[in-house]
Amino acid sequence: MSATVPQRLQQARSATERPSAHFSAPTSLAEVLDALAAGALPLAGGTDLVVGHRQGKRLLPDALVNLDHVADLRGIVEGDDGSLFIGALTNHETIVNDERVRARYPALADASSIVGSAATRATGTIGGNVMNASPAADTIAPLLCHDAIAVLRSTGGERRVPLSELFIGPGRTTAMSGELLVGIALAQSSPTTGGAYVRLEYRRQMEIAIVGAAAVVRLDASGRVVHARVAMTALAPTIQRVPAAEHALLGTDAGDGAARAAAEEVAAAASPISDVRGSANYRRAMAAVITRRAVAAAATRARGGDVRIPASDSTFGGRAGNEGSGS
Amino acid sequence: MSIEITLTVNGMAETHSVHPHRNLVSVLRDECGLTGTKEGCDDCECGACMVLVDGSPVNSCSYLAVQADGKQVTTVEGLAAPDGTLSPLQQAFLSCGGVQCGFCTPGMLISATALLTNTPSPSDEEIRTAVSGNLCRCTGYTGILDAIRLAAETR
Repeated sequence: MSATVPQRLQQARSATERPSAHFSAPTSLAEVLDALAAGALPLAGGTDLVVGHRQGKRLLPDALVNLDHVADLRGIVEGDDGSLFIGALTNHETIVNDERVRARYPALADASSIVGSAATRATGTIGGNVMNASPAADTIAPLLCHDAIAVLRSTGGERRVPLSELFIGPGRTTAMSGELLVGIALAQSSPTTGGAYVRLEYRRQMEIAIVGAAAVVRLDASGRVVHARVAMTALAPTIQRVPAAEHALLGTDAGDGAARAAAEEVAAAASPISDVRGSANYRRAMAAVITRRAVAAAATRARGGDVRIPASDSTFGGRAGNEGSGS
Repeated sequence: MSIEITLTVNGMAETHSVHPHRNLVSVLRDECGLTGTKEGCDDCECGACMVLVDGSPVNSCSYLAVQADGKQVTTVEGLAAPDGTLSPLQQAFLSCGGVQCGFCTPGMLISATALLTNTPSPSDEEIRTAVSGNLCRCTGYTGILDAIRLAAETR
């Protein structure tokens, strides 16, 4: 065994280690953008790119530029108006531990707290999670519901693209060649706004969403929904908002009936695939259940109630911390 | 193209020339000679390859060696004292029967070390979460969780 294992590794290595490979690790954004303009692809935490390479699904490109040493791309900055800018290189662990994110954008905190494992959250970045554009990415539905804007930079300048216009297919975005996501802009949030992201999962950690849903609702003084966002995960080729579900919530008390109506709209809008993690029929059925739970958790938070982060935990396993989570 | 990188492995600076696509675990095992870190699944599922990079747990199978350039890397060989005295956590794994075949042990120890550094008195749920990226096919996990709890209590 001691002879065959290194031999196998050697063969695997020679197959993937092309002599033409190039790697740079600049310390300034300008140098990164120059490298991208010359055709390199950006490497953040590598938790998708390197895993894809190791699995042989998608080999690393010849030219890689490492973003890790560009300090400007990391961290969460608050604007005078209470808005937040999350640098693309900010890891999930940092996001989960940020009190501003937990209080104002709880759906994002729900998602960042359940991406992969502890190691994934310490290495993986929000920018990587967004630009990998997986139909099952955890952070995207919450960001859509929080009306996030992707800030893209290239040597030609800056472009601000609403996240709702960023995704065009699995792994595909409207970002142009040479453009880098430098961060995510989140507009200020009001105290009567609540959000939540709930994921159907077979295990608590190291899981990829079988189905996921995010919801954000804002209530007026009488408890009526005046603003609603609902987005679905792993139910279509891209993660997207479901306008019909949002309409179903507007003007209601965001109670169980309204949550069920929104959930039915998500199930109707879903076009899931069958794969090893679930059949299309199962996903469509669960789309309604998970959406209902996400809306209930968002509404509880909007009313000032407590739903622990991650909301997924409190909606499973008989530990319901919010109304409407049963059945 | 090869790139010259400097890793500080268990406190010692080492320079190696590596291909940009080479993963960290192969450099640790084949160049540094530190075979305590295991390669299991090779795609970030099992945690046998877990090491600390600047104090954070990293799956070294799916982390490029060039990403660790200039950083501090801690492997399982770096947990015991220089004279070989086991760390309290390692000792607890022995006392509690947290080791059976041993293949997952280095990764378990690394993930638990990261947990106890940041969270000296973890709840059971925090312990489970911390090692949830580490698979064990022998112990049923009970001995491992007991060991981490014991190490936290006796620190």
